[in-house]
Amino acid sequence: MATQSSTAHQEGPETGRRDFLYVAAGAVGVVGVGAVAWPLINQLNPDASVLALASIEFDLSNIAEGESVTIKWRGLPVFVRHRTQAEIEAARAVPLSDLKDPETDEQRTKPGHEQWLIMIANCTHLGCIPVGESGEFGGWFCPCHGSDYDTAGRIRKGPAPKNLVLPPYEFLSDTLVKIG
Amino acid sequence: MAHESSYVPGNAIEKWIDDRLPIIRWSKEHLIDYPTPKNLNYWWTFGAILAFMLGVQIVTGIVLAMHYTPHVDLAFDSVEHIRRDVNGGRIIQAVHATGASMFFFAVYIHMARNLFYGSYKAPREILWILGVLLFVLMVTTAFMGYVLPWGQMSFWAATVITNILGAVPVVGEPILQLLRGGFAVDNATLNRFFSLHYLLPFIIAAVVGLHIWALHVPGNNNPVGVEVKSNRDTVPFHPYYTMKDLFAVIVFCIPFAYFVYFAPDILGHPDNYIMADSQVTPAHIVPEWYFLPFYAILRAIDFNILFIDSKLGGVIFFAGALLVLFFVPWLDTSKVRSGAFRPVFKWFYALFIINFILLTWLGAQDAANPVYNAMAKICTAYYFVYFLVVLPLLGRFEVPKALPPSISEPVLKSGASAH
Repeated sequence: MATQSSTAHQEGPETGRRDFLYVAAGAVGVVGVGAVAWPLINQLNPDASVLALASIEFDLSNIAEGESVTIKWRGLPVFVRHRTQAEIEAARAVPLSDLKDPETDEQRTKPGHEQWLIMIANCTHLGCIPVGESGEFGGWFCPCHGSDYDTAGRIRKGPAPKNLVLPPYEFLSDTLVKIG
Repeated sequence: MAHESSYVPGNAIEKWIDDRLPIIRWSKEHLIDYPTPKNLNYWWTFGAILAFMLGVQIVTGIVLAMHYTPHVDLAFDSVEHIRRDVNGGRIIQAVHATGASMFFFAVYIHMARNLFYGSYKAPREILWILGVLLFVLMVTTAFMGYVLPWGQMSFWAATVITNILGAVPVVGEPILQLLRGGFAVDNATLNRFFSLHYLLPFIIAAVVGLHIWALHVPGNNNPVGVEVKSNRDTVPFHPYYTMKDLFAVIVFCIPFAYFVYFAPDILGHPDNYIMADSQVTPAHIVPEWYFLPFYAILRAIDFNILFIDSKLGGVIFFAGALLVLFFVPWLDTSKVRSGAFRPVFKWFYALFIINFILLTWLGAQDAANPVYNAMAKICTAYYFVYFLVVLPLLGRFEVPKALPPSISEPVLKSGASAH
């Protein structure tokens, strides 16, 4: 090997300079290709019109106790459930050790507005929309792969790894909520 | 087969072309004279059937794209427009939709044949790897195509399958948004899927070119699994196999025509005749039948494995079921190619086929049923055990039957004893 390479290349200051030029030219080429490729990939990301709808206000006054509605936020369905006292108590009675993704009921609601449960409606398994007021735990049951959620939207059984995701939201008044 | 070209240009024009672009010489060598083992059975005709199906899908697809509109408000109606208003659209759309099923049926047979006759073994590893790559490309193309009619099943298949990527830790969520072009499957997703669904078949065609190139270097394997020893073992591709393949294609078209003319929707789902609604999931989401085995594997992992949660676990097994195929040439340690000479392998192979069919069936059953759930776990386990345990160990312990010295020998001998 050593004899081959020494006969193939002229040893000397020329070699070092030429190697440097190869590496430098190659590096510039890689950066150039990257600079061209990035916009072509980045165009796939959510565009301005999608991002513009990132926050909505929703009036809760029409939802009676025990009722649940699905609204749309950023193209995603969101559950808004007006829980009954019994449902809240059922959720609070569950010991954290029974939970796959331990969270207390208080952590899943806003103080003073415990009756409102606001969650992204996509099952945390593969994104189907669970059916409300069904399943073993009285919360939601996902028909796709059999995940069961309780009345606080926490995963209790089935393949989903996490509780239903809470979107960022705040109460502007007792009946007006801002999501996003 | 490395062989001397027998082509002699017939006239001055052919000679002129041959000196500049030897395309006639190439065609004669690869499409006419190509020496093919003379004992190939009908399982070997599925390569030609697949080439035929790729052509059918590309031609019908290009035509459908002339009438289809990739927009969330118009896509569903445009497919109905094709089926009701476009001249002959009912048939063209049915050929394309059921053609996907026929295509997958043929590719599964083609792969099963390779697994039995050990066609992936040296020197055909690259041929096999290209084949697995083609299968993965087909799966991707078919999935994106299924989204285009924008029915309920289309939408929820897109949601569930893209969510698979979301299971990847850290980078999953950004990749998911990049893929969908939004926070949920929407117009941007439909548009890019249409673009890619149009592109991928041409990539498939290019890889098919490599696949056939990789076939023509070592030549075909054959049911005996013994390499070609002399030209007594082969016949020219044309007319022997062109005619046999043509006959097989015609027979294959009989069930194909049945589906197109009499049952174009029997392989689909009624829910896909409801326009996509991002607020309601159909009660039972079931993928097309050709994805069911892999879907069953995905669902079977509903428990955490160490620090890996059930969702990522399912995705790992789902991807692993495809990835393991790439390594089959090195997992199978047996020196004997053909399963016909492997007395123990035969049984494991038969069980593998039954297991695969069972997985297909289980993929469509209720996920919450404990019996089906347990069966899906057992079948998933055997799928991996077959590749990762049975194939590596069997080669060491199994005593194969004696191989005939050449392809011709057993044929000529039985021919002689018949007289």
